[in-house]
Amino acid sequence: MKHDIVIIGAGPAGLAAACQAYDSGVKDIVILEREPHLGGILNQCIHNGFGLKRFGQSLTGPEYAQRYIDMVLERGIKVYTETTVLSLTDNKVITAISPTEGLFYIEAKAVILAMGCRERSRGALNIPGTRPAGVYSAGTAQKYVNIFGRMPGKEVVILGSGDIGLIMARRMTVEGARVHAVAEIMPHSSGLKRNIVQCLDDFDIPLYLNHTITKIEGKDRVEGVVISQVDQNKKPILGTEKHFKCDTVLFSVGLIPENELTKKAGVTLDRATRGAVVDQTRETSISGVFACGNVLQVHDLVDYVSEESAIAGRFAAEYVLNGKRDKQTVKLSAGENVSYVLPQQIDKGLDGNVKLFFRVTKTLNNCTIRGLSGEKEVFAIKKRVVVPGEMETVILPKEKIELIDGGLTVTICD
Amino acid sequence: MFDVVVIGGGVVGACILRTLTRYDLKVCLVEKQADVSMGASRANSGVVHAGYDAMPGTLKAKFNVEGNRLMPVWAKELNVKYKNNGSLVVAFCDEDLETLHDLKARGEKNGVPGLEIISKERLFELEPNICKTAVGALYAPTGGIVCPYGLTVAAIGNAMDNGAGLLTNFEVASVDRTADGFTLISTNGQTVQARLVINAAGYNAGRVASAFGDDTVKIGGRKGEYILLDRESEGFVTRTLFCTPSKKGKGVLVLPTVDGNILLGPTATEVSDEDTTTTKDGLEEIITKAKTVCDNIPLYNAITSFSGIRAYSDRHDFIIEESAFIKGLINVAGIESPGLTSAPAIAEYVVNQLIARHFELKENKNYSPYREKDSFFMGLCDEDKNTLIKKNPQFGRIVCRCEQITEGEIVRAIHQNPPATTVDGVKRRLRAGMGRCQGGFCQPYITQILARELNKDLTEIEKSGLKSNLIVGDTK
Ligand SMILES: Cc1cc2nc3c(=O)[nH]c(=O)nc-3n(C[C@H](O)[C@H](O)[C@H](O)COP(=O)(O)OP(=O)(O)OC[C@H]3O[C@@H](n4cnc5c(N)ncnc54)[C@H](O)[C@@H]3O)c2cc1C
Repeated sequence: MKHDIVIIGAGPAGLAAACQAYDSGVKDIVILEREPHLGGILNQCIHNGFGLKRFGQSLTGPEYAQRYIDMVLERGIKVYTETTVLSLTDNKVITAISPTEGLFYIEAKAVILAMGCRERSRGALNIPGTRPAGVYSAGTAQKYVNIFGRMPGKEVVILGSGDIGLIMARRMTVEGARVHAVAEIMPHSSGLKRNIVQCLDDFDIPLYLNHTITKIEGKDRVEGVVISQVDQNKKPILGTEKHFKCDTVLFSVGLIPENELTKKAGVTLDRATRGAVVDQTRETSISGVFACGNVLQVHDLVDYVSEESAIAGRFAAEYVLNGKRDKQTVKLSAGENVSYVLPQQIDKGLDGNVKLFFRVTKTLNNCTIRGLSGEKEVFAIKKRVVVPGEMETVILPKEKIELIDGGLTVTICD
Repeated sequence: MFDVVVIGGGVVGACILRTLTRYDLKVCLVEKQADVSMGASRANSGVVHAGYDAMPGTLKAKFNVEGNRLMPVWAKELNVKYKNNGSLVVAFCDEDLETLHDLKARGEKNGVPGLEIISKERLFELEPNICKTAVGALYAPTGGIVCPYGLTVAAIGNAMDNGAGLLTNFEVASVDRTADGFTLISTNGQTVQARLVINAAGYNAGRVASAFGDDTVKIGGRKGEYILLDRESEGFVTRTLFCTPSKKGKGVLVLPTVDGNILLGPTATEVSDEDTTTTKDGLEEIITKAKTVCDNIPLYNAITSFSGIRAYSDRHDFIIEESAFIKGLINVAGIESPGLTSAPAIAEYVVNQLIARHFELKENKNYSPYREKDSFFMGLCDEDKNTLIKKNPQFGRIVCRCEQITEGEIVRAIHQNPPATTVDGVKRRLRAGMGRCQGGFCQPYITQILARELNKDLTEIEKSGLKSNLIVGDTK
């Protein structure tokens, strides 16, 4: 099989990339999706708050997804569901498998990676204790509740105040469970402010900042947990233990881009984002392979995923139509108080502004975001407040890009 | 009435059961848990020891060296992951180096082939991530690694294919003597009759022996905790690295698993019950000690921690003998490390020496030593994959994305010997849910498949047996 553009993943990223690639002039596009339905993780996000930026209204996850599914179907883009991609090679040959098609190969002119992310598991935290039933990542619990209509537990403690954890605190409560506590090891939540208010405060669920779970109890099923306060080095402080009786522990301790295929294909990854290194077109180190959405960087809002994926879709189409571009790339890097900057490279040969995405490592008030090229200040923007839980953006106009010489470092200082 | 009943579905019981089925005997294994391989055989280092550690003349030494020789054969027949990766005992000072010479001499006495003391240059060539303070090592080329629960499951499965019975959720609570043997009575009131009984109950072997009236088997427990790193770290070390034992203690191992993960541990803490809780102190100790073996350990790749209990006897050697008090009861107890390595050799000895005293061993003409792998699909060629998917589309549906396990394989594991009836049972057979997402994505689907195949409601599906249900009810 041969196709112009193959998109791996039919979540919001893959769907948006497909539409934009089509509208940019390439019609031979296929989307491969391992689940039976299109829409990705949005299908289990039945709460609302999606689409405020993109559509100017508050939609549920499935509603947001449906808008893009409709756009994909209207364009007659071919989708393969229940199809898992097993491998991708550096010359863009994809091996996939499905119950109806069997094992098959696709040679693609361009590939868009849109596989999304996975949740960090309990094991990654090395929390001592037993390994009983009743310990779930928040997303797994969400699937049981929202897709299967079944309750994974009744008395709940949540570790991590990421958005999925906050959403599940409310969801479990609404379904009749009791959420006793949300513990967060950092001095701040990594979730959106609006979720803290709407999911915890409105339901009187206590949030323990600077706290972590130090023990899980119960032989067969969870029977309780111990949470402790932590010091500046994130070490539990003896004597601060609080015990909760519960039958369920949910973990919402971070998302990790799913880049196993990417890595095996030989694409260069960024250690900070755990996604591919890309330029402003979202092209990776392998020419003709693009990446967008949460497989590239973990976004706060699906609206940004759609925006980013349109970029990847557009340039994947240009790649198919015009072939490989000569690039004059400059490197971007994260400086003081910045954990990463994306894109990691800018091709100065391209026209147009570039929107930079980045995250800060701590909360800062009345600060200045600076872009430095060597000693030279390329831009400086004042901000009232920046927080680690929310992605920051800066638009870099073409004339500023021209000023970059060698590389650009983004810093934030008081 | 069975000729022989084996108590305990660990690796020792499993290997004995398999060896029994080579002969025309009616045999059965009883296991207290919902699945086999839930004791020490689930959580250990998985090292196939070369045999330089045990004192010459002990049963440990004898069965270790013999087991090391048998392991590749067993692994091949049973399609269990095994690798002859070699092991290194690393020295960090001159005193250590002296100990290495003692170990080498001891190993040679035990009959371990190929032992060699190597220079630090050669050591760094073999394992570049070892701490630069290392001064040399003892290299044992016959050292290996094996999947411990894989071996246990496969040996029992193969035995069942050859006619053996398996009763899970059967905890031997008491025993009645009968005219020609014993009646074993479980905690939930089931009974099984046997002419001869093998007590391979691991940590519980003392209690089981007492139920027969033999109070001489005394078992203590020593917990070992581990940290497991993702396969992303594959290649960090390729051989099994031990620290030289010294007055300061044993240190921890840094080693690869047969699946390409990196394993750090174990600790050693005396325990008085079978509690496999991991502890903060234990996990910290592993990290501290592992850092004295290797530099730059990719700890950020940790995916899980676990622990197992070593069951040691007060003789500090294996007990493998017919009870002096109860005729027809064979105790195979105190099988601590190197028990996994020794299990095939112990089985040969128990069946061909001890059981042979009670039965005339006639060959089972239908015996086949082979068993197919549980996760076999990705190993097929493309053409075979497609033929199979055409026949059964479930093989085209990937359920566990991290380990690339198909629905077809899961369904097969639920129905084949020994049947997987729990989520962890599926995991141990197929690695489904053992990868980097630790079941985050596939657990709901595996639960659903189990419910469908076993004709149960989702609320009845358990993680690992007993009361470990995953779902407690419906949403509103
Ligand atoms: C931390 C650790 C590290 C180790 N590392 C290694 C190594 O690297 N290499 C090596 O060779 N060896 C190693 N060992 C040793 C090895 O794991 C054991 O020797 C081996 O697993 C023992 O097997 P078993 O069948 O005797 O015991 P188990 O696996 O514990 O099996 C006993 C079984 O009996 C069942 N049972 C108990 N009571 C009853 C009852 N009343 N009725 C019915 N069933 C019952 C239990 O549920 C259990 O399934 C290690 C052990 C530990 C704990």
